[in-house]
Amino acid sequence: MNNEPIIEIRGLQKNFGSFTAVKDVSFTVNKGDVFGFLGPNGAGKSTTMRCMLSLIKPNAGQIHIFGKNLFEERNAILAKVGSIVEKPDFYKYLSALKNLEIFARISGAAVSQKTIYETLEFVGLSGREKDKVGGFSHGMRQRLGIAQTLLHQPELIILDEPTTGLDPQGIIEVRDLILRLKHEQNKTVILSSHQLAEIEHVANRMVIINKGQTIIEGSVSELMNAQETILSIELLDKGQQALEFLQGRFSAGKAVLISPKKLELTIERNLVPTLNAALVNAGFEVVALEPKRTLEDFFIQMTQS
Amino acid sequence: MLWKNTYNEFIKILAKPRSYIGLAALTLLICIILFAMKADGRMYISFVTASFEQTLSFNGNILNGNLIAFIVLQMLIVHIPLLVALVTGDLLSGEAAMGTLRMLLTKPISRSQVVLSKLIAAAVYTFILVIWMGFLALMVGRWVFGSGDLIVLNSDGLVILNDADVLWRYGLAFLVAYLALLTIATLSVAFSAFADNSIGPIVSTMAVIILFTIIGSLDVSVFDSVKPWLFTTHMASWRSFFNDPVPWSAIWESIWILLAHNILFVAIALFKFQRKDITS
Repeated sequence: MNNEPIIEIRGLQKNFGSFTAVKDVSFTVNKGDVFGFLGPNGAGKSTTMRCMLSLIKPNAGQIHIFGKNLFEERNAILAKVGSIVEKPDFYKYLSALKNLEIFARISGAAVSQKTIYETLEFVGLSGREKDKVGGFSHGMRQRLGIAQTLLHQPELIILDEPTTGLDPQGIIEVRDLILRLKHEQNKTVILSSHQLAEIEHVANRMVIINKGQTIIEGSVSELMNAQETILSIELLDKGQQALEFLQGRFSAGKAVLISPKKLELTIERNLVPTLNAALVNAGFEVVALEPKRTLEDFFIQMTQS
Repeated sequence: MLWKNTYNEFIKILAKPRSYIGLAALTLLICIILFAMKADGRMYISFVTASFEQTLSFNGNILNGNLIAFIVLQMLIVHIPLLVALVTGDLLSGEAAMGTLRMLLTKPISRSQVVLSKLIAAAVYTFILVIWMGFLALMVGRWVFGSGDLIVLNSDGLVILNDADVLWRYGLAFLVAYLALLTIATLSVAFSAFADNSIGPIVSTMAVIILFTIIGSLDVSVFDSVKPWLFTTHMASWRSFFNDPVPWSAIWESIWILLAHNILFVAIALFKFQRKDITS
């Protein structure tokens, strides 16, 4: 990863009649990022993504991808982008292979049959290439959608809600695919998702938007660590003594004894290792430390504030 | 990119079952007409010739392939627009409904190239329909009923065309009929650029044809200035090739008006589609 910007969006605005879907969205995606794009329903995520792919023309704002203005050099930019918006839709009356051939033909790159078969294998659809897409499960279509994004070896991959409707196994498969794209192919990936845990698992940077506006942008770990978390501490014994030990020692909120062996306190995430060391040095036998605040809590806090 | 996507469009049209509905319907209808004419054609012809038999004597093979082709053209040219619109009205809006338009437009192909490739595919499909109709009506008709002079009854009276003088007229008549059907194709593609569902453009196209046809047939002076400019007025101009002498100036006028409509509908489709937000 480096700080070479791949996507720069500034002051994006889109109105549909009198309804403002996107009011003021700005963020930057750097090369090699897996970038999480978060926001509640109706926040303007899909509209922003559609603007990034020139499916929708914004009323105001700038979109630069690979340093070029999207609306001036659309075709040159899209030749280096693979995307799924909302859900991958295919020609159901055609086979997976024919569908990929159709999209490959207009991808702006020379895609060989060998590449198509290799891509199908990469997404786990090898052997199903001659089957009509109409008979595919949702998960298979999602994987075919990812295959379609990869055919022309794009530098940037845009995935809008790539795990929507998938079962837990499918979610894990897509998550693994995204991580493989990052680690094996060094792609820049931007993904939006309602599976907030998924962003936490795969993204290194993120932006949260709400009501069409950017709320916060930054590194996932920094944003998470800068936030207070409810820490659940499980000890072998001496819960009451640990509670007294911790009172006033860490600047965050008050500690609460949940059971004789378990207590909870509010603390900044980056202080958790220090707290652990302090407890151990004081002779407490720590069984488990579990931060209870997740990205989901963070997301809710951000979007409701 | 235009030709690559045009090739894609052919693959899609070939794979879609509805593309064959038109060809199958045409084949069935023409076979029914041929069968009916074979079974009871002499009676049908006698209705037409009866009023002339006091002054004229008809000898030879009147019920021949040339006449059958004329009857087929006359009967079907009214219905073929529906068969054309069924496929062409679906080209843009059907993809919007399926969600594939969204996929297509995230590729490095311009919107005008998408529209033009679909229009080329629509034009070729319409051409195939007309060629198939011509083959079945004229070639199969001649094979089943044999050849002979063509007797045509039009508003000026009875026209008898020598067998040797007929084929070129059919060739040009089919070309003009094709231009008329191409107008239907471009109209339905233009409607298709506005819609996000398949059925809307097909119904809208048929509604326009019905409306214009009614206006054209109403004997009311208020529409007299409008009628010559309606494309439906010129859809039957192929018939003019079976007049003697051929009214070339009227035919050219029809051709220009149909061409102007085609250009207008293509321009509307391009204008609308370029500015359309893809929200489907």
